[in-house]
Amino acid sequence: MIPAVVVFLYLGVVLYIGIFAFRRAGGREEAEGYFLANRSLGQYVFLLSLFGTNMTAFTILGSAGHAFGNGVVTYGLMGSSSALVIPLTLYLFGTRVWALGKRFGFMTPVQMYRDRWECGHIGTAIFAVQATLLVPYIVIAVMGGGTTLNAVSGGAVPYWFGGLVVAAVVMSYVFFGGMQGTAWVNTFQTVLFLTFGAAAIVFIGVSIGGFPQAMERLADAPETAALLTRERVPPKFFFSYMLIPLSSIMFPHISIFCLTARRMGQFRKTVVFYPLCILAIWLPCTFLGLAANAMTDVPGIESKLEARATLAAERETLSPAETADLQRAAAGDDVIILMLEHYAPLWLAGLLGAGIMAAVMASDSQILALSTMFTEDVFAYYGGKSRFGSAVQVQTGRLFVVLIALVAYVIALQAPPGIFGIAVQYAFSGFTTLLPLLVAALFWRGSTKWGALAVVVWTAATMAAIAVLQAVVPAPPPGTVAPVWTLAGVDVITRTPGGTDVLGYMPVLPMLIGSSLLMVVVSWLTPKPDAVTLARYFPVESPSRPN
Amino acid sequence: MRNWLLAAAVLALYLLHQDFWFWNAARPLVFGFLPPGLFYHALYSLAVAALMWALVRFAWPAHLEADDHAATTASDPPAGAGGRT
Repeated sequence: MIPAVVVFLYLGVVLYIGIFAFRRAGGREEAEGYFLANRSLGQYVFLLSLFGTNMTAFTILGSAGHAFGNGVVTYGLMGSSSALVIPLTLYLFGTRVWALGKRFGFMTPVQMYRDRWECGHIGTAIFAVQATLLVPYIVIAVMGGGTTLNAVSGGAVPYWFGGLVVAAVVMSYVFFGGMQGTAWVNTFQTVLFLTFGAAAIVFIGVSIGGFPQAMERLADAPETAALLTRERVPPKFFFSYMLIPLSSIMFPHISIFCLTARRMGQFRKTVVFYPLCILAIWLPCTFLGLAANAMTDVPGIESKLEARATLAAERETLSPAETADLQRAAAGDDVIILMLEHYAPLWLAGLLGAGIMAAVMASDSQILALSTMFTEDVFAYYGGKSRFGSAVQVQTGRLFVVLIALVAYVIALQAPPGIFGIAVQYAFSGFTTLLPLLVAALFWRGSTKWGALAVVVWTAATMAAIAVLQAVVPAPPPGTVAPVWTLAGVDVITRTPGGTDVLGYMPVLPMLIGSSLLMVVVSWLTPKPDAVTLARYFPVESPSRPN
Repeated sequence: MRNWLLAAAVLALYLLHQDFWFWNAARPLVFGFLPPGLFYHALYSLAVAALMWALVRFAWPAHLEADDHAATTASDPPAGAGGRT
């Protein structure tokens, strides 16, 4: 129960931070203040908050769980790929989004697209696709909150109440604090889970008498040696997964966050330190997930290993229902919590539980981003701002925050487990597929609104196609694949236990190639924006201008 | 020339992420506990931080800040939020 008390204390602290931000604002109800913290975030709040915004429940719980089942490949697959791609996109695109936002007063990416391509309803279509892809994240965070509170309280806090508490706390500090409060809470949370990784690895390492023995045991046993290699993930999958972090800059809460920096110089340290933050979080989580395979004295982990062994030995004879049950029993999303319960003292388990909670509650910036998009891209754009004024616009944003939190909570109570995990998996591919929008808007004079529309339609169509395919064709047993479309003896589309492959690559690869081609071809064939508009985005370089 | 070198370095690091040469290696355990694939990608992350430092140091898009400064002092008409329909 002590861990649950510490977690509730933590929730009280983040609530206070949000309300403090509200009081500090002194009731000033300007949209730019509420939604963008008046574009005033300083160096370290910008870095830590941006990093915290990108880290979700998956970072700590999911990465350790993935490493538990798949081994060291988790870090290369998701950690080091993000370490390169995310800061690179911040450097290339984030800085330019910031500069255009500052210059033209944009508060959302859709405002930029509407202005850049002289379009209205196509911008609304972009809003609709982005919002649809973002909603599952908010739902899954509420579900994660309920599950985590239930786990750290030893079952004393029921799932429905845990989810309600998390939804209410996040809603409250976003409602009161807006971007300023959210940024401060994210900074606090990032410091917590950066500390979490180091503390967890030290305490667990000391408790088991050091890691070398555990690793030697894993390397010596034939059934676990593969976890120390990348054998469980094919190289083609590994290669195409490198495209997934490209989605980061396309997530509205990340691109909107780029607008909050006081100066463009705030990006400098963010770009340099981002890979180091990734290293500090992902490496311990991956390593602990791997090491959990050697911790057979932890009761919960022992039963997972038994379920995995049964799956491997009796795969041919198991019914689909038995296979699904065993897969659930062998899943490792809670191995870090199990290790902490077993090895860490109660007070520390509570603090570390708060660290996990910090990661689970990363939905705050997504709720705020959805609210910002709705009030700016729909309410203000379709006349609400001119009719009712800026103060009503902010109140509408706050009302929308409450609505999103309520809807997410209701869905989280009804949804079967796993549904939104799959939706989130789609969302990464979807946002990566939308990337040509940003690249073309920032770098290509010849791009047009019709090219943008083609990208949006392609993204929606391919996402729907994959969802239908995976609903119609059941997942094959682990370790096998089911061909869906074969051409000249080559399996073009295959259904895998974890999703769908195209020629062995993740679907995101052909999806991105398709959206890029569509942007180019359709833009070539359609009329360009006005020369005056283009001159504002692509001014003629003066010879004396520094590069 | 400097920008081309940096672009080549970015491409090289992108390719170095696909370290198929360590794919099936479980040993030697670096420092007695780190599998080689994990150690490689930890070093890789440090190399990325060094590359990012070089990009920020030698190829910072300073003209964007200059553009912003110019915009606040000139009469460039901002479209504003949702200014164009």
